[in-house]
Amino acid sequence: MELLGQQVLAGIATGAIYACMALAVVMIYQAIDHLNFAQGEMAMFSTFIAYQLMLWGFPYGIAFLLTIVISFAGGVFIDRVIFKPIHDAPILSHVVVFIALLAILNSAAGFIWDFTVKSFPSPFGSSPLFGSSLISAHQAGMVCVTLLLLLFLFFFFRYTRIGLSMRAAAANPASARLVGVRVGWMNALGWGMAAAIGAIAGILIAPVVFLEPNMMISILLYGFAGAVLGGLTSPAGAVIGGFTVGVVENLAGTFIPVVGGELKLPIALMLIVAVLVFKPSGLMGRTVVQRV
Amino acid sequence: MSTLLEVKGLVAGYGGIPALHGVDFSLQEGGVTTLLGANGAGKTTTLRALCGMIRARGEASFAGKRLIGMQTEDIVRLGIAHVPEGRGTFTRLTVEENLQLGAMTRRNGPDIKQDFERVYDHFPRLRQRRMQQAGTLSGGEQQMLAIGRALMLRPRLMLLDEPSFGLAPLVVREMFDILGGLNRNEKVSMLLVEQNASLALSLADTAYLLETGRIVTSGPAAQIREDEGVRRSYLGY
Amino acid sequence: MAETTLAPTAGEAVATAEMPRSLRRGGRIALISGIVFLVVAISIPLFFRNFVVFQFTQMLVYAIAILGLNLLTGINGQFSLGHSAFYALGAYTAAILMDQYSVNYIWTLPAAGVVCFIAGFLFGLPALRLEGIYLALATFALAIATPQILKLSPLEHWTGGVQGIVIVKPDPPSWLPLNQDQWLYYFTLAVALILYILARNLVKSRTGRALMAIRDNPIAARSMGINLSLYKSLAFGTSALYTGIAGALGAIIVQFVAPDSFTLVLSIAFLVGLVVGGVGWLPGAIFGGAFVLFVPNIAEGVSKGLSGAVYGVILILLIYLMPTGAAGFVRAVLSRFKA
Repeated sequence: MELLGQQVLAGIATGAIYACMALAVVMIYQAIDHLNFAQGEMAMFSTFIAYQLMLWGFPYGIAFLLTIVISFAGGVFIDRVIFKPIHDAPILSHVVVFIALLAILNSAAGFIWDFTVKSFPSPFGSSPLFGSSLISAHQAGMVCVTLLLLLFLFFFFRYTRIGLSMRAAAANPASARLVGVRVGWMNALGWGMAAAIGAIAGILIAPVVFLEPNMMISILLYGFAGAVLGGLTSPAGAVIGGFTVGVVENLAGTFIPVVGGELKLPIALMLIVAVLVFKPSGLMGRTVVQRV
Repeated sequence: MSTLLEVKGLVAGYGGIPALHGVDFSLQEGGVTTLLGANGAGKTTTLRALCGMIRARGEASFAGKRLIGMQTEDIVRLGIAHVPEGRGTFTRLTVEENLQLGAMTRRNGPDIKQDFERVYDHFPRLRQRRMQQAGTLSGGEQQMLAIGRALMLRPRLMLLDEPSFGLAPLVVREMFDILGGLNRNEKVSMLLVEQNASLALSLADTAYLLETGRIVTSGPAAQIREDEGVRRSYLGY
Repeated sequence: MAETTLAPTAGEAVATAEMPRSLRRGGRIALISGIVFLVVAISIPLFFRNFVVFQFTQMLVYAIAILGLNLLTGINGQFSLGHSAFYALGAYTAAILMDQYSVNYIWTLPAAGVVCFIAGFLFGLPALRLEGIYLALATFALAIATPQILKLSPLEHWTGGVQGIVIVKPDPPSWLPLNQDQWLYYFTLAVALILYILARNLVKSRTGRALMAIRDNPIAARSMGINLSLYKSLAFGTSALYTGIAGALGAIIVQFVAPDSFTLVLSIAFLVGLVVGGVGWLPGAIFGGAFVLFVPNIAEGVSKGLSGAVYGVILILLIYLMPTGAAGFVRAVLSRFKA
């Protein structure tokens, strides 16, 4: 029983990473109504920018803020410039452009900063939290930041005019235009915000998994899984989903014999898929009523 | 009465296939004009062209401003509210959020609050269901919601695309009574597209008949209503 | 997904419309291009050296795999990121049969087909409840799991573990004056042509129309009496069959199977090939196969360090030029002729 408790806590700690990523994923899903497969690479690239800024002498706090601003601008750029020409193309064409973006960012990062693993500082320090060996101060800090972000997003979407406009623009762009919402700019804003959140996620994750161009790939998968599990319409669900994925992954690794390190991810994903078969809109997603 | 909307030689279509071949009509301030015609006549296309939702050529001016070439979002800011075909409800948002969105281009908080109350007074059932997901409302309620959303703009002109579609006769009657009241009491001008000709003619003062992208006949609604020849050949009753 | 209420600008679908009229009307053009293709295809081994012939054979193999994916995604509207799994299953089936049971390579193809059909059908059953992104995630999991499953120690006796299995390259029939690479090329070409014709007939048949109906409007399809579960699972099975046969062919010509050849990257390559060729347009598979095989090499030729970035840029430019893939391009050219 104690082992279970420990593993759950450890799972929550790793889950914080996935939760953060899942939040960025849901964020962009709310804005553009499909998944951004390049999200992980964008976050990775942002983290490298932060790294570079610190190499150039900027203190952590300034580098953090600058990176967020740059990432926001980058997100807007990607939406307004790269995705504009294929605006009317079918979804799958969009997916392929995401894939291309992924390849470009990964390759560029490797070229500029090479593929060796680098360490990345944490604002929380890496000492264990209150002496517990399961969760470090940094991991606790991650959980806190993720929850704060979540709170911010919750208020933003629920209680601000812009948040409502963004939701409308994503859900039904044609109707949104008919009420005067500038759909194009709402999409761009969504992209910018997602890029910024991704940057925060990357900066928080890097101290744990170390900085290198391929660091985000498996994390993005877990992030997707968490987002989908939580229901793509719900930021809170994404966070809960992310934590759940962390816990499930840890428990599966500990308690299912066949599962070594290699099968953890697929088993976790399969379990999530199993959940979805029974509850297709995710744990907290709102079932969209479709009247024929 | 001044002319609020003037359309001349409107040509529009979908992907290179023209649906309108030069349509002329006008609407007086404070009046209700109806566009009638069968399926595929081009009624919805006309409304979409006026709102910048599809590309169009020709002349369309609203209170002196040229509509052709303007973005939808800017046309809305001129005071034109479009209740689209199929209602266009934000199904995943609540009733209240839908109405809020209607007022998105307005700044005056107290005025908006007042309008919320007025819409709920017109449509009490919406007040009952304010926090419900709009997609769970019945067809009639969603239509009310769509009209309510348009009203939140405090529009000078309302474009209505087949508001009676798919609704039970009693519901439709109720809705048209409300529309009549809105026009008379709150001076909202309306351009009404309808397949249900008799209903439309009971509300409108002017009628235009569209057939395969052209106006074939027009005149005061009362006149069209009386004209048996027109009714038989074009309106089916 | 986003809702729209405007009829002509219809809601987003996985594939573009079914085979466009201009492509069907271009019946004579299709016949002529088919003949030209055949002539070119048959003469390839005569003009190129062995390694290039081998590359073209690989291209054909990818084309078959993409054809399979097109049947599922383009025709039936089910999105799959997991086809590397079926490819791997076909490849390993062929490898194990040849290596451990000395089965003649020709028989491994139908064997791989049957195994993969069953696997695809079985996967399709629970996947029935999943749509769009959720199906993507499930197939995604499948793709990720595949290399790991192949490396599992209990299965090592069959799969050869991390090192995989080496296969002996088959010889051409003695009465043909061809070398191994040339023979394998013609063999693959023949299989590809047969599979393409079968696919085309399937799409044109009532079954094909039912599949497309399910793609475009599942609710309406069901109300017309089309058994959604059966057809969707059959679609999965058939798609897997095609990709599995491709996998078997791939194993034979490369003479080697190993877990890390069948990762998510392969699934993504199939998807890219599908879109580049044109979703829902069967002949596009050959363009997709060509892109997937040759463009990464070209990218590496341009810049070794930035090969991924060059690949990405080429891909984006291609999508800008042809948002609906080669299908759209061909359609545009044909309509230029008609006009």
